[in-house]
Amino acid sequence: MSPRPLIRIEGLARRFPEPSGKSTLTVFEDVWFTVDPGEFVCIIGHSGCGKSTILNILAGLDRPSEGTVIVGEQAIDGPSLDRAVIFQSHALMPWLSASRNIELGISSRHRNWSSERVRAHAQKYLSLVHLDGSENKKPAQLSGGMRQRVGIARALAVEPKILLMDEPFSALDALTRGALQDEVLAIRRATEQTIFMITHDIDEAMLLADRIVLMTNGPKARIAEIVENTLPKDRQRTDLHKYPNYYPLRNHLLEFLVTRSKELAGGVGAGDPRAPVIIRPVASASTAAETAIGTSTQSSAPYRSRPAPTRVIAHANGSAVTPGADTALKRISRPT
Amino acid sequence: MSQSLALRAGMLSIALLAAFLVLWQFAVSGTGTTQQMDPEYAKLMGLTATQGKSAMPGPMDVGAKLWEHLRRPFYDNGPNDKGVGIQLAYSIARVLTGYLFAFLVAVPLGFLIGMSPLFSRALDPFIQVLKPISPLAWMPLALYTIKDSNASAIFVIFICSVWPMLINTAFGVATVRRDWLNVAKTLELGTWRTAFQVILPAAAPTILTGMRISIGIAWLVIVAAEMLVGGTGIGYFVWNEWNNLSITNVINAILLIGLVGMVLDQLMARLQRLVSYSE
Repeated sequence: MSPRPLIRIEGLARRFPEPSGKSTLTVFEDVWFTVDPGEFVCIIGHSGCGKSTILNILAGLDRPSEGTVIVGEQAIDGPSLDRAVIFQSHALMPWLSASRNIELGISSRHRNWSSERVRAHAQKYLSLVHLDGSENKKPAQLSGGMRQRVGIARALAVEPKILLMDEPFSALDALTRGALQDEVLAIRRATEQTIFMITHDIDEAMLLADRIVLMTNGPKARIAEIVENTLPKDRQRTDLHKYPNYYPLRNHLLEFLVTRSKELAGGVGAGDPRAPVIIRPVASASTAAETAIGTSTQSSAPYRSRPAPTRVIAHANGSAVTPGADTALKRISRPT
Repeated sequence: MSQSLALRAGMLSIALLAAFLVLWQFAVSGTGTTQQMDPEYAKLMGLTATQGKSAMPGPMDVGAKLWEHLRRPFYDNGPNDKGVGIQLAYSIARVLTGYLFAFLVAVPLGFLIGMSPLFSRALDPFIQVLKPISPLAWMPLALYTIKDSNASAIFVIFICSVWPMLINTAFGVATVRRDWLNVAKTLELGTWRTAFQVILPAAAPTILTGMRISIGIAWLVIVAAEMLVGGTGIGYFVWNEWNNLSITNVINAILLIGLVGMVLDQLMARLQRLVSYSE
């Protein structure tokens, strides 16, 4: 039994009026998924599938056309300090020093704190992201990676319930990105922070996420499936490719992005959108044969008949609130 | 060749000034045609008519007069004979008063226009019509309604400096980066803290650009306004010296107007550097 979800996204849709004003353009619709407390969920999809819009709705910066987002017990209504955002472009105020940027949120969270206490709290989070000594520097004096570290510290310093990350490392070079991913991994292991993150980068998702939500191409994007990360919990970036499940997982994600996200685009979802298909790609050695766990009613979905790496497929049954909570197990054999 | 660019530029500036002064001196030192005239009549005429001397003062005359002015800038011998220091002080005081009122109106109103698309659209036609009106065209209306020449001059300064500040403030506020506003929202900064801690510093360089344009225009307009209203001020001084046919004083006033304008502009530039930020 999984814990009660912290975030429940229920029937979310976002439509924009066409320039002509007559019809509407549906970016995504019928999006249902949940995030458990302490979980790290990544969302992957091509540009235009509305993943940034989903994050903005979660942050309270945008409103859905249909559906609701429930955090804890309450449907969200606008932005909140409980849902901190790490922006793609760091979005630091260039006229403020690194420390003052972080203090901005802290003094908003704790209105009665003295300025010394606010500064000390900011310093704590600057140390957490290893920026001691840079507190008085302006963003223009910091490197791209350091700026994003300040952005992370600013978000963490308000001690949010949920951290929302909008492709936070996509503007950084590969080395800096790797270092920051390790940083996020370490912080997350230390704080058990619930994190929802958008990324384009499969390896980033595999390193960081517990579950990876895959979206079909837009318009009319929807969740194709949710992939569980089958790599060990204590995974390290340098050892990633040595785990037996690395290639099955990676190939599955890659194949989705290259071909299936396109094939599934615009179509009617295979199965109940309230309970997306849950996939657990594992190496064939560990299971001996291709197996699927699920109710089999949707096992004839077209994409599953294609030759694919061996994997275990778990399929959620019915329950919209906690998919996977009451799944039945069934083995089906497949040709190789 | 090892001299720095600044030094070489400075030397060139001095050389150009020297060349200009020599040419000026040369141009006014020649004598023109003279006529034979009755000695009684010649007494009434100036040196221009009797000896063919140029009426245009040379650089030495202007320099000597300038030295005289600078030695005693603040003397006051009654309404028509005050030191240039006093006249400049009157002009600067008028400019700063009108400018301050313009600032107090333009910045809050610009904020409102920049933040509210409704007000932006509703006020736009008024701004478009009022902006191109020459400030001096308001003078008769100001004199009639205010019934005070000094206050009318201040009003003209107000009306000419309000537009660049208003338009730049509105533009700066409207173009604050979406990301920063989103940060303010997610950090729950609230309306006032967002306005003063995010929008104002973000728009400050643009606002200061408008303020710098405004002070320049105000200084241009005060001379013309004071020529009209008379009494005091450097603009009145220029017109008065023209009536006295003292070209030397007119040239001196021109020089001083330029210098004061430069100082005002440099002060604004310094203020601008203070609030500018690099991304």
